[in-house]
Formats: sequence, structure tokens, C-alpha cells
Amino acid sequence: MVAIPSRHKSLVLLAGIIVLQVLLLAVQIKRESKGRLIRVWTVGAASPFERAGSYGFGWVRDTWRHYFALQNTTKENEQIRHENDALKLQITQLQGKAAEADRLAALLNFRQSHAGVPMIAARVIGASAGAASQTIQLDRGERDGIRNNMGVITPDGVVGKVVETYPNAARVLLLTDKESGVGAMLADSRTQSPVGGQGEPLLVMKYVPNDDTVNLGERVITSGMDRIFPRDLPVGTVAEIKSGNPFKQIRIKPAANLERLEEVLVLLSLRPLEMKNEENTGDAQPHAPGAANPPPAAKR
Amino acid sequence: MNDAFDIRGESHIEVHKFRAGAILIATLLALVIQAAFPVHFSKAAILDLPLLVTIYFGLSRRNPSTGLLLGMVIGLLQDSLSGPTVPLGLYGIAKTIIGYLASSIGARLDTEHPAARFALTAAFFVAHQGLIVLTRRILLAQPEPWFNVHLFVAAFVNAFIAVFLFLLLDRLRRN
Repeated sequence: MVAIPSRHKSLVLLAGIIVLQVLLLAVQIKRESKGRLIRVWTVGAASPFERAGSYGFGWVRDTWRHYFALQNTTKENEQIRHENDALKLQITQLQGKAAEADRLAALLNFRQSHAGVPMIAARVIGASAGAASQTIQLDRGERDGIRNNMGVITPDGVVGKVVETYPNAARVLLLTDKESGVGAMLADSRTQSPVGGQGEPLLVMKYVPNDDTVNLGERVITSGMDRIFPRDLPVGTVAEIKSGNPFKQIRIKPAANLERLEEVLVLLSLRPLEMKNEENTGDAQPHAPGAANPPPAAKR
Repeated sequence: MNDAFDIRGESHIEVHKFRAGAILIATLLALVIQAAFPVHFSKAAILDLPLLVTIYFGLSRRNPSTGLLLGMVIGLLQDSLSGPTVPLGLYGIAKTIIGYLASSIGARLDTEHPAARFALTAAFFVAHQGLIVLTRRILLAQPEPWFNVHLFVAAFVNAFIAVFLFLLLDRLRRN
């Protein structure tokens, strides 16, 4: 035990007595809204330690959470990233399936609205290997009744004709190919003229006299004269008109999206067909604007 | 040379002894008078007889431990007699410190001369009031003026009374 020098004993005694009396005061005094002074002092004295302890625990906890726990967080992040990628892929697949469902629904509607016309749906499984030709390959062939020169369409419009058939596949020459052509006419003036491709996205209407009136945006439909496509199927719209000698130079934008074909309909007949696409088809084909509002068929 | 202010070695300072019960009786009398006198003479409230008794016995006994213990007892008794507005310890703390200081100074200075007693009492009175104000301000959160004219008047009056009171108390010493 530490001995207190005699000359300091009175000082220690003084300090002890003062402290005791201060505590005595603290026990008695009650501060407004703060309780007794002894409680105020106790809380005030303990608060720094509590605060320090709280900060200390908080620091330890944060360190643990933000550093050591990050090891698990990294794994979790990696796992979540993988899940996210998988979900993105799944969403893309679902979006594709939804779009496919829409297209198939449009095909089905078109098929149902032309129940009297023999046709079969086919999936596009390939395209031409080079830029020299504009063709696609279908997943259906001779076993499904597909033959050469059969017409291929979508609910939006004419696509082309079958040029090669195999047991389980068929190749289709698109309208945009240089060798392609379809009997067509202007929907308003009923002026007939074949429409063919040039190896470009736009088609060409070749034999319209300069005297005939042609308007931009005017619809072009099949005339049925080629004996491949029935009448009144949408071919496209007039996109460009130039005067020529002796015929106008008219460029047509295809009604069908020939650059993004996924499903098509093959008309299973080599005889001239009559499409019953009058008024009732408009309600049944919301995705086929060309067929939704067909021109009067018997105007000529 | 005035022997009242001689600085002497502690071993040469005479420690006064008092008759049996003198300190106790003097203390109780001071407290009773302090409590009763102002009732009849309001001006008498300026006096602080318990403080004067503390100073006297501190200076006479010249033992810091005895002085501070006596100051503590007198202060706590004064607190007890001062009503509920004065918490126990307010005068106790002040008089404990004054008792300690008086004993410490009494051990080094000859405080028998009336002038020395007057000066020391006045100084202790101011210090006592300062301690009370300090305690009120810091511990009790009670705003209290530090010094004013009344304080110095009271210090002068108490010091003047102390000169005669101390002569009276000297008679309680044992020869």
C-alpha cells in the first residue's frame, strides 16, 4: 500500500471530505427536467465511455461488415452477377418467344381468315450464302407438299416464290432478288405492272406509262396475273417516282419485312387462288396493315 | 517587528488548547445565534458567526485536519439549519476549505494580533462567499453574482466583529 506523507494527509482528507460533500449535494439537487444532479453527473461521466464503447463496437462491427464480410460479399456478388446474366438471357429468350408468339398468332389469324386457301406455315432456317442472290431456306419441303413456284407470303405481304424443294426443306427466291418478279398493280389506279427486284431493299415497278397518275405511298397489290399469287395481296408501297422514257421509274418498299423473316406461309397450290381477304380480314389481322385494309377487289 | 505577521517554523508555533466542550458549546451557540438573531434584527443577517468560529478555531488549533473537520461539521450544521433551499454541503464545502486554509495559515503565521485577525477574517469571508458562489454556479446551476459592494461591506463588518469575538473566545483557552 502506498504510504501518504504526513504533511499531505490533511490535503487528502480535505479532498475526500470535499468529494463526499459534493456527492451529498449531487444526491439532493434535482435539476429541472434532468432529474437529480447525481444522476446527471453519473450519466455525464458515463456518457463518454458509453460513446467511446459504442464507437468502438461500431468500428469493429463496420470493419467486420465492410472488410471481413466482404469475402462473402464478393462471392455473393459473383453469384448474383451470374444469376443476373442468366436472368438477362432468360428475359431475352422470353422476349424472343413473345415476339415469336405474336408473329405466330398473326400467321394463325391470317391462316384462319383464309381458311379456303391451302397454305402451310414454315420456319425460316437459313438465308443465301452470298450477296449475289436473295433467298431464304425453309424447314419444310416436298414431304409437306411444297413444290417449285409456290408462292410464299406473310400476313404483311408477298415474300417470294419457291425455287428449290427438298424432302424436308425448300429455298425461296425473295422479291428483292434480280431474278424475282410478281404480277402487281397500283391499288388506286388499278394500273397493272410486274414488280421485280434489283438486289436492293427496294423493288421496281417497271411498266407504268408516264401519263398514269401515281402517288407516293400508294399501295401496290398482287394482280393474280402471274398465276402464283392470288389477287390483292400486299406487295408494297410506292416510295419513289421518277419520270422515264417511256415508263415511269417507280420504286416500291416491300410490304413484308424481307430482311427479318422468321416464319412464312407457303401457298400450297399451283392454281390461281382467290383470297377471301375482304372486310373480315381487317379485324383478324392487326399486324398485317396491307391486308387489314385491302383495296376493293372487283373494281376493274 | 510586528509579531503578528512573523513567519515562523511550524515547531515554534504555539498550539492552543481549549477547555472541555468549549469548541462544541461555541459552535452550537454560534449556530443558534446565527439562526435566531436575524429573526429579531434583520441587519444581523449580515453576520456569519459559524464562519467566524471556524476561522477562529482553525487559526488557534493550527491543525489542518482538525480545522477542515470542524469546518465541515459547522458547515453541515449550518446547512441543516438553513432550510430546504440550502442543500446539505453548500456551506459544508466552503467551511471545510476555509477551516483547512485557516489552520494551514495559522500554522505559519502568528495570528494573535487584532489587525491580523481582521485582515485574515475579511479575506476568509470573501473567499468563503466566493466558494459558495462557485458551488452554486457550478454544481447547482444557480446564477449568483461573484462580488458586489454588499460582500465587501459584510466582509468588513464580520472582520470587525471577529476582532472582538476572537478576544472573547480567547478566554476559552486553557492556560
